[in-house]
Amino acid sequence: MIDWSNLNVNHLDTLKEIANIGAGNAVTSLSKLIGKPIKMRVPTAEMVEFSRIADFLGGPEQIVVGILVQITGDINGMMMFIVRREHASVLISALLQHFCDGMTGDERDTMEMSAMEEIGNILSSSYLGSLSSIINKKAVPSIPFLSIDMANAILSVPAIEFGRVANHALLIESVFETQDNDDVSGYFLLIPDSQSLAIILESLGAK
Amino acid sequence: MDNMIIVGMADLNTAKSPFALTTLGLGSCVGVALYDAEVKVAGLAHIMLPDSTTFSNNGNAAKFADTATIRLLLQMQRLGAKKTNIKAKIAGGAQMFAFNSNNDSMRIGEKNVEAVLKYLAKHNIPVVANDTGKNYGRTVTLYAEDGRFVIKTIGHGSKTL
Repeated sequence: MIDWSNLNVNHLDTLKEIANIGAGNAVTSLSKLIGKPIKMRVPTAEMVEFSRIADFLGGPEQIVVGILVQITGDINGMMMFIVRREHASVLISALLQHFCDGMTGDERDTMEMSAMEEIGNILSSSYLGSLSSIINKKAVPSIPFLSIDMANAILSVPAIEFGRVANHALLIESVFETQDNDDVSGYFLLIPDSQSLAIILESLGAK
Repeated sequence: MDNMIIVGMADLNTAKSPFALTTLGLGSCVGVALYDAEVKVAGLAHIMLPDSTTFSNNGNAAKFADTATIRLLLQMQRLGAKKTNIKAKIAGGAQMFAFNSNNDSMRIGEKNVEAVLKYLAKHNIPVVANDTGKNYGRTVTLYAEDGRFVIKTIGHGSKTL
């Protein structure tokens, strides 16, 4: 079976480098959007068994925000950005600052969801763009779809998709450094279909 | 909580009274709860995909609606349950993201529910309660003591079937 576990440490380093370039692009875009510099640490990338991903997020019933983007082109599949809900709030307030002052609760909710979608969208597009240019394959992201629910319920969508292809996921952790609060960790999953996974592995020389 | 047995994703288990079976955060997966009220034997499966025969990577019986149903019925019969007394309650099969796509893999929750209903019917197991579909996750618990099936959600209340 073709699986991410075909990758050795060198291939993983390449993927980390791709994630790093993607993170750099994401930071540039996010900083432009909010008009002040954002700090993000060098991302980590690792292969994780799918059943263990919820543990990174605080457990199966932890409330998380998931932003899903479908990928089409030479590479097909989906990407997901996942962050604990309370961490999402920290990111959102950094992004919106006083923009929501004076808004009603509903208006604020709508604005915050929209901001969160945009953060997920920027991150996903940046990582995807970085991967796409390095392996020289076309990969176009869809509009982002957002859902807030228990970690396991959100993860069931990529888990089912993974269930068709592999037992491991490529999990990239992005850590944002905020001024007033603790650091915020967001997780990014790349879920290519089986053909696309083979293409990615081959491009990395792992097949 | 000492009497609680956790059933993971793509997993199944059985229990006798006073134990209870629970599975956390069902999304597009389906929780299949089977119960024989006469001997108070319960079984719970957390299935991920409709059909084992369309996959080569199908070693785990609990992952698929067809094989999980058979496995769960056998394990319950081993604990003294009678197939003719077993009734089913099911939950899950949500569409977690609002895709407007015709892509079949995006309708997987719905397809999982269809498959579970089909295989339960094939084994003549009546479905007496059903809380499926919609767009939110569910944590479910099946109590072997009386067969009650408790469903908890984030922001959509909880109920007992």
